This record gives sequence, C-alpha cells and structure tokens, in this order.
Amino acid sequence: MNNVRFLLTGDTSLSVEFGNAINEAINHDIRAYKIALEKAGIPGIVETVPTYRSLMVHYDPSVIPYAQIRMKLEQLLNEMGEIEIPPSPVLEIPVLYGGEMGPDLAFVAENAGISEDEVVKIHSSAEYLIYMLGFTPGFTYLGGMSEKIAAPRLKAPRMKIPAGSVGIAGTQTGVYPIDSPGGWQLIGRTPVKMYDPERETPILPEAGQYIQFFPVTQTEYDAILQEVEAGTYVVKTHARKEA
Amino acid sequence: MSIRVIQPGVQTTVQDLGRFGYQQFGVPVAGAMDPRSMKLANLLLDNDPGEAVLEITIMGPQLAFDETNYVALTGGDLGATLDGKPMPRYQAVKVEAGQTIRFLGIRNGCRAYLAFAGGLDIPPVMGSRSTYLKAKIGGFKGRKLEAGDELSFREPKPDLDFPERRRLGIDFTPQKQYELHVILGPQDDHFTEEGIKTFCSEVYTVSAEFDRMGCRLEGPIVEHKNGGDIISDGIAFGAIQVPSAGKPIIMAADRQTTGGYTKIATVCSVDFRFLGQLKGGDKVNFVPITVEQAQNALRLEQQYFQMITDFFKRDRT
Repeated sequence: MNNVRFLLTGDTSLSVEFGNAINEAINHDIRAYKIALEKAGIPGIVETVPTYRSLMVHYDPSVIPYAQIRMKLEQLLNEMGEIEIPPSPVLEIPVLYGGEMGPDLAFVAENAGISEDEVVKIHSSAEYLIYMLGFTPGFTYLGGMSEKIAAPRLKAPRMKIPAGSVGIAGTQTGVYPIDSPGGWQLIGRTPVKMYDPERETPILPEAGQYIQFFPVTQTEYDAILQEVEAGTYVVKTHARKEA
Repeated sequence: MSIRVIQPGVQTTVQDLGRFGYQQFGVPVAGAMDPRSMKLANLLLDNDPGEAVLEITIMGPQLAFDETNYVALTGGDLGATLDGKPMPRYQAVKVEAGQTIRFLGIRNGCRAYLAFAGGLDIPPVMGSRSTYLKAKIGGFKGRKLEAGDELSFREPKPDLDFPERRRLGIDFTPQKQYELHVILGPQDDHFTEEGIKTFCSEVYTVSAEFDRMGCRLEGPIVEHKNGGDIISDGIAFGAIQVPSAGKPIIMAADRQTTGGYTKIATVCSVDFRFLGQLKGGDKVNFVPITVEQAQNALRLEQQYFQMITDFFKRDRT
C-alpha cells in the first residue's frame, strides 16, 4: 500500500486515499484497511465510509485529536502485513428475470444481438464487486459486468421503479434498494430487500463484498418473498474464489 | 396526545444530532442543521444535548398543547408567540395545556429549534430520531409535519427544577456577512493558486437554492486546474463542493454520503451555527484555519456546554 495519502475533510473526519482509479486492487486495499481498523479498536472513531478510492474516517476530536488519530492511522498502514484479512463473501441474490419484473430484458437482448436466455446467463455468471454504497440508502456501485450486455439508459426515465428491480445502465448493473425514479434498463427483480430500515441489519450489502445473481422461477420467487416478509429468509453466501 | 399541529409551517421536522454508523451503506446523516442551537435548547431543559427537537424553517407552525410541559426555543427568530404574546427565546418556558405556540414570521436567521422537556415520543430508526426526507425515514413518519399531526411527549416534566434559572443570552445574532472558518482540503490541490485566492478573499451570496442538502452560492468563479470532476469519495458536513462551473456549494445535513465533485474546503464544526442559519441573499466569506485551531474552538464550545449543564443542575439535592 504505497502512496497512501491523508486528506483533510474538516475537523471531525479525514480521508485515507489509496489511489486515484477505479480498480479491484485499490478496493481490496480499502477493505483490508477498514477491517484492520475495526480490529484495532481505536477509541474515538465514530464510523468509516469506504468509497472507490478512499476510506473516510469520522472521529470525535474530544476523544482523539487530529495529530493522534493521524499517527495511529499511519501506524496501522505499516502493520497491515501482520493482519489476517478474510476473503470477501459473495452474496447470492435471487432474481426473477424478464416478464413483468424485467420489462427491458428483450431490449437488452436485442441490443446485444443475443437471446434473452444468454443475457440472463451472462448476467448471473459473474461475481460483481461492491465498490461502494451511496446515492440512496443501500444502493451498490457494482463493477465487473460483461460489456456484451451493456445497454444505454432509457431516453425517458421511469417515474417509479419498484424496490428490488435489477437494472443495467451502460456497463453498470445494480439493484434499486427503494422505490425511486430512474433510467436503468430493468431486466428482473429480486424478492430480497437490500434495504429495510426496520430490520436489525438495515442494509444487506457491504462495500468490498461481491454480489452474484442467480435466476429463479416465479414459484421460487414467490416462496422466497414469503420468507423475506416473514423475516426468515437468509441470503446465502459463498467464499470468493481467489482470482 | 400532547401537541396538535394546527398549521405545519413550511418545513418543520424532528431532528436530533443525526444518524451515525450507516454512511457506509449510503444512508445520509441528516440531523439538526444548526446543532449548537439544538443542544442549547435541550440543555435549558436538562435534556440530553442530542435529544430530538423540532427544527422549524422560515415560516413556523402553529402548535396546540393538550398537555403541560416545559419547552425551550433557540436559533433564528421566527416570531414565536405563546397565546398571542411574544414568546421568550433561549429560556425554559412552561406551556400549559390549552395554550398555543404560533410563529408569525421570520425576523432573522433561517431555523429555530423547539425542545421539549423529556423529549418527544418518536421511535428511533437506525439509532436516530432525525428525519431524512428524501428516503422518508426517521422523525414523524419520515416526513415534515402536516396539519392534523399529533405528537406525544416522552417523559414530560411539568415541574422542572429551577425554572427561573433556566435562561441564556440570545446566542444567535444575525450578521451582515458571515465569516465561515474552513479547513482547506480534501481536494484543494485541484485548484489553481488563483482559485484558492479567490475562494479565500471574495464574498459569496447564498442563492435561492438552499435547503437541508446544501447551500448554493453565487459569486466569483473558483478556478480549477483540470475541472471539477473526481472519482467519488466521502462528503463531510460542511464540505464545500466546487463543480466545474466554479460556483461553490456548501454541503449540509442531508447531503449524500459520497460525491464526484472536487471539495476545496470544509466548514469548521463550530461555524455550523451560522451555516444552519443561512438563507437566500445572505453574504459569506471563507477564512482558512488549521485543523488544530478548529478542534480547539470545538473543545471550548464543549466546555461552554458543560458549564451550562452544571449551572442548571447546581444545588440540586
């Protein structure tokens, strides 16, 4: 982790910047550093916010003033080699593709010059890195989608897209965590609630984890939805196969 | 029910210090725009300084009390009356069942804070009672108050100790030009020397676009080296974004957690008391200080809060 920079972001936070690009290596460094920071248990840290290229660290200066936290954060960088970082989990997110749930699947297929089944196969075969969350509660910025199924945004955004909708915009893919307007091509929907403010864990995905979608039938979708609503559905995960 | 909302005002919301711990999941912090005024209102009533209050914006509400309780009003002067008589600010005021608080119109500032002894009976969402309007979470049903809403006190204290002692000088005073102290960074190196000089010496005017998310400024262009776009990173309360057009935007309580514009500086925490009171037409200028100076000022403010807390509690048996 060379060339790490410490940037001032006011008097109650600072930003530890690991690079100036969007790539998996930088994101892995950020995740590792965040885990190390949590293990270190430095008093006065309020919360940390990982983004594409940095980890923002919010702290209480009445507990730990700037000079001290900066020193501790620098020390931690030097100790990174000694800290064991577990592999990233991959969240398995069920999706009912096409039909009413994915009204733009046909367009995406036509645009790519392949069949709808092939789009589904490509979309559900990759493990997408969650670079960060932002924009709205629970919205994931995912990387790693095949350019074969890239598609332009809608010319006229829809006024209301239901929570759980899975879409494609350019080479990005993602899930709408709440009902919202939007211009992504919708290819399916997941019954899993990525975001539920009343749940013990309000937001499922975490930056640095991966998401893999898997296709389900209407019957399976309905069964999972029932479990989700009863609060009994547990999202399956598998360990990331090291590249 | 303890309070009935007869008229809601322009934007009256429940706010506390904000929702911490969820920014990494894309959940904005929200919370009081002028946290100092909010804390003072609570301290006047022996509340926890971060107890949820009503944040009242520009045109205030009309609130009918069905239950007696002490309240305290701080922040901007929005012309509050209690049963038609001017209502004292910055002191504990006993409001009897049957009385009505009504705001007649803005005199100065932008936001007033109304605290209730023992707090409001509002369920916390993700650890906070703050309303985040855009995602409809927290506060009263995730929205601003509307006519007909009914709020309950949590633990009203109609017999608060030493009521006569519970008063402070008017803490917020409007200014012809607000001097906001800032810490340069995180992207001050994306601006030319001339750009930094402009930012630190010119006067800016708050545009008509000012809300809980941010405050757009009009004034001389702040010059970038290579435009205002960056790969997204985190945004702090008070961060001053400068998009490529060169007009600064001060990010406030409801800011998104991350963003892709260069941020030239961040307003110091002690000056949120002014940031939260800015409205269209107000003038501001920026004065850079060091992070150590900013944290010293913050420490002095915390000592002041502690002094007030101790003073109201003195002699208690």
